[in-house]
This record gives sequence, structure tokens and C-alpha cells, in this order.
Amino acid sequence: MKTTELPRWASAFVLPVLNLLSALLVAALVIHLLGENPAESLSILINSAIINPEGLSYTLFYASTFIFTGLSVSVAMKAGLFNIGSEGQMYIGGLGLTLAMLSLDHALPAWALIPCAMIGSALFGAAWAWLPGYLQARRGSHIVVTTIMFNFIAASLMNFLIVKYLIPEGQQNPASRVFATAGEMPRLNEWFPVLGDTPLNVSFLLAIAALVVYGVMVWRSSWGYQLRATGLNPHAAHYAGISISRMIIVAMLISGALAGLASVNSIMGSTHYLSLNFPAGAGFVGIAIALMGRQHPVGIFLSSVLFGALIQGGFDLSLEKPNIPQETFIFIQGLIILFCGAMENFYAPAILKMLNLTGAPQQKG
Amino acid sequence: MFEDLHLASIVVSTIRNAPVLMFAAMAGLFAERSGVVDIGLEGKILASAFASAAVAYSTQNPWYGVAAGILVSAALALLQAYVSITQKGNQLVCGIAINIAMSGLTFVLAQFFYQQGGRTPDLGQARLFDIVLPGTEAVDGIPVLGWLYGHVIGGHSVLVYLAFALVPLVHWMIYHSRFGLRLRACGENPHAADAAGVSVERTRYTAMLVAGVLCSFSGAYLAIVQSGFFLRDMSAGAGFLALATLVFGNWRPVYTVLGCIMFGFFAAVQIQIEGVDLPLIGRIPGSLIQMVPYVVTVIVLAGLMAKSVAPKAIGTPFIKSR
Repeated sequence: MKTTELPRWASAFVLPVLNLLSALLVAALVIHLLGENPAESLSILINSAIINPEGLSYTLFYASTFIFTGLSVSVAMKAGLFNIGSEGQMYIGGLGLTLAMLSLDHALPAWALIPCAMIGSALFGAAWAWLPGYLQARRGSHIVVTTIMFNFIAASLMNFLIVKYLIPEGQQNPASRVFATAGEMPRLNEWFPVLGDTPLNVSFLLAIAALVVYGVMVWRSSWGYQLRATGLNPHAAHYAGISISRMIIVAMLISGALAGLASVNSIMGSTHYLSLNFPAGAGFVGIAIALMGRQHPVGIFLSSVLFGALIQGGFDLSLEKPNIPQETFIFIQGLIILFCGAMENFYAPAILKMLNLTGAPQQKG
Repeated sequence: MFEDLHLASIVVSTIRNAPVLMFAAMAGLFAERSGVVDIGLEGKILASAFASAAVAYSTQNPWYGVAAGILVSAALALLQAYVSITQKGNQLVCGIAINIAMSGLTFVLAQFFYQQGGRTPDLGQARLFDIVLPGTEAVDGIPVLGWLYGHVIGGHSVLVYLAFALVPLVHWMIYHSRFGLRLRACGENPHAADAAGVSVERTRYTAMLVAGVLCSFSGAYLAIVQSGFFLRDMSAGAGFLALATLVFGNWRPVYTVLGCIMFGFFAAVQIQIEGVDLPLIGRIPGSLIQMVPYVVTVIVLAGLMAKSVAPKAIGTPFIKSR
């Protein structure tokens, strides 16, 4: 008997690894064409991003942001929605966080201030995702186009708000004032001095917790069952009594809130002020992570660490090899999205053929 | 007050802003009418802008630049076609991948070749020149006519005329040619087209190739006509705005172009209106005017102004029924 479907281990593990390797192979080719040695570059990258404890700490710091944006894209994807707007939702989430900070940071102690700021970021992020969700659910406007538009609207709006209202008087730099020290996320190097002077902070632990909650909610709750049913077959889900439009709106609200929370690590964990264009593409990295990690918590974690390592290692690499600027990793990110997302089943026929060739004799017996 | 707004220069810069969107929107029209979502317009614009600037600079001939842009953009479109049609992959994801990859790659290459922070050197003589119509000098002195003849009708580069000439051509191709009929059939109901003996795959591949070529002009126009150099991420959302004009124009060529002209007008006004005191409202910051096209698109998408209906089979790979 011939198998027409891949076994789980192949689709969950072999395919993603092959796809990732293909993307990295193309990247290696480009690095080679730029006149640099891909193997040497890779070893610099691994050394500075994984082996060196300070580097690893930076890797995990970047990964904390990416876990949130990756989760944001994943939740929406589970409901069959392609949320390209995480970038804008994170940006607006940063506004919510900043407004909470600016009004409360001299009045509240850290234990009350930090949750307030987090709630602010989640609320604003969710609000920014609500309208695209609502328009998709009730008016049938395609979520991809609306979220793209909302990214641009967010960018212009934030530009306006920061330049007009948030710059402290007498300053030129387009950024808000620096928050009080009570608003700083506790850093992990207070407990683990080996991490050195790096911004890795409690957000990382929150990100891990978010992954666990996501896993339990999506795969072990009746709500998650409804969410996945909506994504896999809206007609069947509707027939089973699930309100599709409500599911879409709720999924987008959660997605937006998670994207908003991604700003906590970037702002409260590192800069302590709101600056122009602070998400710096983290929302788009979230798309790559959700596709590469196949929306699974473990996959999201691993891909977030990979992207954190690419950013951190890429920074050091760009210092040593001027021909490989950091933007190379934007290119690699695009390749990963192409191979792991758009061409995810590229190798499936070949693997299927191999399985059928090797598996056939056993099946006969 | 209103004299500060320079109505005349707004008209001229509207004409000069629109082609970037028009080429890209026409490209998107072909792709999407055939049933393939083209989110990757932005990436193709950027790639062709870089290719045409780089080649025009090194050969000092703008036409080689345009040709290089066509090659690069068509190659990307065919990659998209391969993924969306043959691989039956996710078309949206593929488009996003191309956008992100090109945003990175063009910078890396520009930095590698020129070391100017992701910028190519000024093209100088290798830019496409504006055409001065015969007799412009003669009518220059006449108040309105001189301006109309010399700056509205004349005084643009060849690509501007190409963009406007494409409108009736594309309209004819989509609605009155055999290819256009098949194209629309593949976008609306590929199974019916297939049953009638039309090769859906081939039609979609052809559409994507046309889209790639058209999109390249957008990039070439940006680089070798408007700016005279390549700058990182210089497309600045033009590809997405072009998609928005498709929504706005209901995937019909003439209305789509009107949308492009409208967005070109907003861009022209934004530059003029900055720092000008308007009655009642005072100064409007540029960043707010920048928002207008996007907000208008969302309103149209929400069906509040007009009903916009996408081609029915858009985004779904065609699987031949057995």
C-alpha cells in the first residue's frame, strides 16, 4: 500500500529542517558571491551569538520580542487569518505602554507600574487589531490588505504623535522622555552575573509563560478547538455552532495584544523611552517565525532563538566583515519565509517517494 | 494662503507621481485578474529600481538600465508564478517573502558595489531626459497655454507617456482581446476555463510575466527618472498603494488609474501643504496627509464608499479536477 500522506515526524521535523537548510544554502551562496567565506562567517555567527554567554544573553533578549510577535502571527494564523499587521500593532502597543508610563511612572512603585504599562501595551495593540478583525468578520474586507494599510497608518500616526506631542521640550531626537527607573524591567543578570551587562530581562520569562499558555489554550481547551476549527474549515465550524465572526474578532484581539506586549521587552527592557520606528521589523520577523515554527510553541521558541541569534551574530559579523552588513539578515529572513512558508511542501513529493520505496516491502509482509 | 499652494505645480507633480503607481497597479491588475495575489509588487519595484539604477550607472545608458529592470522583475514574477501556480504554495506568503528578501538584498548589493550606505551614485547623464515638445519656447510666453503645452502635455520622460498610453491598451487587452477573456475566466472560475480548454496554468504564467515586465517600469521610473539614483527602500510602500488602487478601482483598469492619479495628487499636495497655514484648521502636518491614501483605502475596503469585489478565484491555487 502506498502512503499518500507524510507521517508526522516527516512533516513536523524533516520538512522544516530541509526548508531551513535550503534557505541557508542560498544565503551561503550569496555570501560566497560577496567574496566572503560562508563557513567562516557561520562560525563567527555561532561564536558570538550562542557560545559567548554575553552574546547568548543578547540572542535571548532579541528572541523575547520575537516570541511575542511570533505568537501574535501564530494565533491569527490558527484562525485562518494572515495578520501582517503585527508590526503596526506592536508600534501602537508601544504608544499604550508609553502613555501609561508618562502618566504613572512617578506615582507608582515598580510592582504596580510594570503591570500597568503591560496592560496599556496589550490594550492598545488589541485595539489596533480590532478594526481589521471587525472589517474582516463583518464586512468581508480582506485582512491582509487592511493590516498592511494599518501598518502604514500606524507609522504616520506615530510619527505625528511623537514629533508633535511626545518629544520633551528643547529636545531634537524624535523620542519620548526617558521613563523613571521604576519602569525598568528587572534584568536577569542580577541573578545570573555570568550574563554580563546585557538587557536580557524578565520579559524572557514572560515570553516562555506566554508560549505555555498559548500551547495549552490552543491545543487543550475547547476554545482552542473552536479556534483551530475556524481556521481549518470555517463552514464546518459554523455548522458546528461556532460563531465565525466572533472567533475572527477575538483571535485578532489576542493577536494584537500579543504584538503590543512585544513592545515591553524592546522599550522597558532596553531603551526605556519610546523612539521613532522602534519595532524595527520585529512584526515581520514574527511572520517568518510563525511559518518556520509551524505555529507550534516549541517551533516558535526555536525559530525565535534562531532569529535572535541571526540578529546578534549578524551584528558582530557585520563589524568583522564589512561586505556582510546587518541587512543581509533581512534577506535571509525573506528566504526563510519563502522556503519555510510559501514552498513548505517543496520536498514533500521526494520524501513521499523515498518512504514508499523503502516502506513498500514491510507493508507487504 | 491659497496662492501658497501653487496649484500649477501640484498638477505637474501629480502627473509625475502617478506613473510609479500606474505601472505597478497595471502589473497587479494582470496578476490578480488571473487569480494570483500579487503582494510582492513592492519587492519587484525595489529590485528593478536597483537593477536599473546600477546598470544605467555602469553603462551610462538609461535604456540598458530599463532592460535590466525588466529582466530582474520578470525573473521575480516567474519565481512567484512557480511558487503560486506549480508549487501551489501560499501566494501571500510568497509575496511577503519577496518583499522582505529584496529589501535586504538591494541594500546589501548597493553597499557591496558602491559603499554609500545602500545608495547608488547619482546617475547624472544616465538619467532619462524629459522630452521637450517642439515649439515649447514659442508658446512659453502665453499664460495658460504655455504652461499647459510645456509642462502638462510636454516636458515629461518617455516613461510617463508610456504609463498613460498603457491605460487604453490594458483596457483593450483585458476586455476585448482573446487573452483578456481567458485571463478573466481564470481569475473568476478557473474550472470553467479549464473545461473550455483554456490552460489555466499557462494563462496565469503569462499574466505573471506581463505583470513582472510592467512592474519593472515602476522601479525604473523611480530610480532613473524621478530620483536619479537608487536609495534603500525607496519604493516606500508604492507597491502596497498600487494594490490599494486595485481595491479602489474594483480591479478595472480605468478606475484603477484614476485611483493612482488621486494618490499621486495626495503626494503632491502633501509636499505643497507642509508649513502652509490653512484657514480654520491651521497647519496640517505632512505625516497626517501621508495617512490619507491608506485611510481612504480602508474605508473603501469596508464597503462604506463603494462596493469593491475582488476576482473570485484570487489567492487559490488551481487544482485540476479529475
